[in-house]
Amino acid sequence: MTITNILVCGIGGQGVMTATEILAEAALSLGYDVKKTEVAGMSQRGGVVTSHLRFGPQVLSPQIMPGDADLLVGFEAAEALRWAHMLKPGGAALVNLGRLVPPIVNIGLYDYPDDPIAQLRALGIEVHAFDASAMAQELGNIRLGNTVMLGAIADRLPFPADVLLNAVLARFGVRKPQLVEVNREAFERGRRAVAAAEAPPVAMVG
Amino acid sequence: MGASLPDSAAANRLFLSGNEAVARAARDAGCRVAAAYPGTPSTEILEELAKYPGLYTEWSVNEKVSLEVALGASMVGARALCAMKHVGLNVASDALMTMTVTGTEGGLVIAVADDVGMSSSQNEQDSRYWGRFAHVPVFEPADAQEAYDMTRAAFALSEAHRCPVILRLTTRICHVKGRVQPRERELHEPAGFVKDARRWVMVPGNAKPRLPLMYQRDEALRADAEASAWNTLYEGTDRRIGFVASGPAFMHVRETFPNAPVLKLGLSHPLPIERARELARQVDEVLVVEETEPLVEMELRAAGIACRGKDVLPRIGELAPDVLRAAVAGLLGEPAPKAVHAALQTVFPRPPTMCVACPHLGIYYTLAQLRNINISGDIGCYSLGAGQPWNALDTCISMGASMGVALGMDKGRGEADAKKSVVAVIGDSTFLHMGMQGLLDITWNRGNVTVLLLDNRAVGMTGGQENPGTGRDIHGEDAPRIDFAKLCEALGVKKERIRVLDPYQLPVLFKALREETKIPEPSVIITDRPCVLIDHYEATQPYKVIADKCTGCGNCIDVGCPAIHVTRRATKVKPSGKEVELAFVRIETSACTGCGLCVQPCAPEAIVHAAPEHPVNFLYKKI
Ligand SMILES: Cc1ncc(C[n+]2csc(CCOP(=O)(O)OP(=O)(O)O)c2C)c(N)n1
Ligand code: SF4
Ligand code: SF4
Repeated sequence: MTITNILVCGIGGQGVMTATEILAEAALSLGYDVKKTEVAGMSQRGGVVTSHLRFGPQVLSPQIMPGDADLLVGFEAAEALRWAHMLKPGGAALVNLGRLVPPIVNIGLYDYPDDPIAQLRALGIEVHAFDASAMAQELGNIRLGNTVMLGAIADRLPFPADVLLNAVLARFGVRKPQLVEVNREAFERGRRAVAAAEAPPVAMVG
Repeated sequence: MGASLPDSAAANRLFLSGNEAVARAARDAGCRVAAAYPGTPSTEILEELAKYPGLYTEWSVNEKVSLEVALGASMVGARALCAMKHVGLNVASDALMTMTVTGTEGGLVIAVADDVGMSSSQNEQDSRYWGRFAHVPVFEPADAQEAYDMTRAAFALSEAHRCPVILRLTTRICHVKGRVQPRERELHEPAGFVKDARRWVMVPGNAKPRLPLMYQRDEALRADAEASAWNTLYEGTDRRIGFVASGPAFMHVRETFPNAPVLKLGLSHPLPIERARELARQVDEVLVVEETEPLVEMELRAAGIACRGKDVLPRIGELAPDVLRAAVAGLLGEPAPKAVHAALQTVFPRPPTMCVACPHLGIYYTLAQLRNINISGDIGCYSLGAGQPWNALDTCISMGASMGVALGMDKGRGEADAKKSVVAVIGDSTFLHMGMQGLLDITWNRGNVTVLLLDNRAVGMTGGQENPGTGRDIHGEDAPRIDFAKLCEALGVKKERIRVLDPYQLPVLFKALREETKIPEPSVIITDRPCVLIDHYEATQPYKVIADKCTGCGNCIDVGCPAIHVTRRATKVKPSGKEVELAFVRIETSACTGCGLCVQPCAPEAIVHAAPEHPVNFLYKKI
């Protein structure tokens, strides 16, 4: 049974759950069985959020176990590091370089890791890192970071990137048509950011 | 690839969370009245139901009232649903324990969500106990489709046996989305109230004759459960272990041990003992996989069926595949399977924080400055005041407990606490839920307690729902609005001991707290600025830090606003020889909403308005 496991992580308010929902919609549109689950203790208030997405012919448990994720999508660099152990050997991490430093670090009780990306690579993980927050800001809205991240994943899925793009655009099509073009651009930037690294795609579906 | 997919008709299905599925099913079952008090992970059930036209929905002031509303609807023959988180049923249990004696008319379903794993609760509880305690059947869905199907079945079962039915959900059902195939909608016209004192007036003379009926019902339900299609025995070829599982744990078992026989419990109380015997006959050993208490395990043993359970499985938290794999390997005497993955990395913790500009920030900044106080706290966003940087909340037990606990601290204190003041902190919704009775107890019994009533016009913690203090109902429409000052006065607090003030004005707040804690009478300080997540909240011009002016004193950091970031640390030796830590800061202007809190303790006036054209974005705002 081939199931694709994608773990999306970040912090409350970043749009982790929305991004995963869009991924789920793409998988659903192809007829996959899909389960999506969140672990978000009071996530609205800046806490850790992870969203698990599993799809395939039939999905029973909604949870991804440590060592089972094909893809780790990190909306925040330190969060990607926190969840690195969820990746299966050979899995890839797509990571936003943007950092969100919590009060607990600012108060001086803990340190933010110097270079989470280097730490991920030292674990032998294939990492694609790019500043999705900066790209979004360049495009005029920090919330587009979400779409940049989806673009980054697009060429690593067991289905064509266009399916995901369509799912993204369908969100705005009717209610906010003015947002379609800028989201398309954000999506493409995310795609290019990863393609630039020219890494071979991970084989996820046998 | 598409060709190998099993289900090309999938597009017709809905993609729903367990909560959404329960809501949809209730609506499709012709439910007429639905009531709830919010509580994670159950909140979305009512939020979703409120979107459907044609049925009455309400946020009730607490769970007990919501269950009573549902009961009243059932009495007149309407189908009714009531939803709550696990601890809510503790509050509602008084009503439950007697309505099980009267029984119900219109189908009555109690959807209760256990926070297994405690993602946002003060304890972990197994609501299946209520089924045993109250003699009512319990359904346990294992995914969103079952949440839909069982909700519909629960209405039917409730009417067949004329008793309330518990739909036991867990976080891993409520918040997991899956494909759901809905069925045709039913219509249910209420039959009308039939006056019958012997049925509905539970004085001893009327209640006593009803008790035998309740026990007869237990037997009829047990027969139903034995025959129920919701309890299924899955055959398997690997018969070393046969599983008994329910809820999300069933999915984990099937995924992890696809070849093992499993008795899946869907209608899990009354327990289908004979089905379990059937399983036991087929396998070497029976393992009960249940979240969280060993209820089924104990009942099986009592029935003479040997089984394993909590001796090998954890009593706390979710029984996810990795947990199961390890336990079963142990049971079979095999080496523990090791998942291959990168080592766990140590990363700073990231506990939930209060929002940028939350009105509670000023409260805790101020409480942290006061010495000699014991602070009795309550449940809500303001519970976070117990954490860094404030450390200004000393207790948190159950909704409304801040009042009684404060009074007890006052009355029970000896020499050790003689010089301390007692302050109670409670939110608007919590006060109306269960706090006002406690305040009445304080005034009646002449307690020396200063109450901080944080009216942020929202049930903030659960996502900003309405309550009787917001002036809106569940649909966001205008509704009568309770006046907190008048309410406190009516509860016996002297008018001159009630103050309403702005929590963003730190000196005013500090002075009021100092004064009120010195006066040995009950007093209430009401703060009146809205939660930043609701539409009443208006962001104003944001601030920035002039780097050259910042002396690194760190005072603004003590406010605890997540928009304030340290750019550089240093140490300075004072003329006295004392070493002080310095932290220079910047404000993330795009997140700042200009509340002005951090500006007040900044002596060198380094915090100034950013350029007015700087756009404010709500990074922490609900999207
Ligand atoms: C009996 C019970 N019901 C529901 C909850 C869930 N819950 C926790 S805090 C809270 C309300 C908080 O609202 P409020 O007191 O207004 O404080 P705020 O979060 O807005 O600061 C709710 C509903 C609970 N913990 N216990
Ligand atoms: S949700 Fe509202 S009450 Fe809760 S921390 Fe945020 S602003 Fe404060
Ligand atoms: S003014 Fe200060 S405390 Fe208020 S939101 Fe801005 S940074 Fe936070």
